[in-house]
Amino acid sequence: MTSSRDYANPYWCGFALGLVLLSTYALAGRGLGASGAFASAASGLVAAAAPGVAGSNGYFAGYLGERWLVFEMLGLLLGGLASAWLSGRFRLSIRRGPAVGARTRLAAAVAGGSMMGVGAMLARGCTSGQALTGGALLSAGSWLFVSAVFLAGFAAAQLAGRLWR
Amino acid sequence: MSESLLLALLIGVAFGAALEQAGLGDARKLAGQFYLTDFTVLKVMLSAIVTAMLGAFWLGRLGLVDFSQVHVPETFLWPQLAGGLVFGLGFALAGLCPGTACIAAASGRLDGLAAALGIFLGMLAAGLAFPALEDFYGSGARGVLTLPDATALPTGVVVLLVVLAALGAFHLIARREQKR
Repeated sequence: MTSSRDYANPYWCGFALGLVLLSTYALAGRGLGASGAFASAASGLVAAAAPGVAGSNGYFAGYLGERWLVFEMLGLLLGGLASAWLSGRFRLSIRRGPAVGARTRLAAAVAGGSMMGVGAMLARGCTSGQALTGGALLSAGSWLFVSAVFLAGFAAAQLAGRLWR
Repeated sequence: MSESLLLALLIGVAFGAALEQAGLGDARKLAGQFYLTDFTVLKVMLSAIVTAMLGAFWLGRLGLVDFSQVHVPETFLWPQLAGGLVFGLGFALAGLCPGTACIAAASGRLDGLAAALGIFLGMLAAGLAFPALEDFYGSGARGVLTLPDATALPTGVVVLLVVLAALGAFHLIARREQKR
């Protein structure tokens, strides 16, 4: 059981993350993203399997050749790996609530993940591209998105208590 | 690798390290937010938003950095509302969001890998269904709509309100944590 003391102070981490976001605005003219890399990967797969479909699909066409988000994601994976490794936290494991088995946990993760994939596609971004990036730029749609996320998250968590408690 | 892609890589490294150090690769911590037993998600998100917002506001206002070219996400009311609800449901089930799922996976956690696989599949399915979703995807379009535009309040006032709301939330969190 990992105690939260093993992690750094969340306010300082948030402050550092805010500085990263601010630098991204200033240096790259855009913000952070995560789901966009998945959209890019999906569009790459479709383009490889059926080029005609990807080119004529208005959603995938927009992500063809999107390399910035892919490199940012590669960096995120490297940064996460290095940080976990250096802090002695890298370990093959499955984080799950005390009342669920590994198989249920993994199934819930795939199911929840696929809902997030659909949601991020509709909303044009996720907690990174909308909540953080658009939130700090005061985009009305981003604040609408994040309000809906937490509303549905709280409601769903009460119904899915067995997963986590 | 071009200069801009190298920058993207470096930004990603810093982004990933900040999330991992905060413990946001741990699904139980993220899920704890929805049961009000762990407030790491809110603390990190609000601190980050306030920091970047204040930085962009003041550096821009003092003329030190030009943020006018930064792409502000456009508002599409209905798909962002519906997308947020579906996303929130998935977030509670997975205990991770797309960025944090990748951090979990990079820390060796198989639940992070499973969530990432799900995100990819959901994105693929929704993308393939785009021709059917296209009308809804573009509905409620408001272009670049900021909170100051929507509320007719000056930007400085909205910035102040967001800061006060975040400080209020931090205060409530601290009080709750003291009681436990």
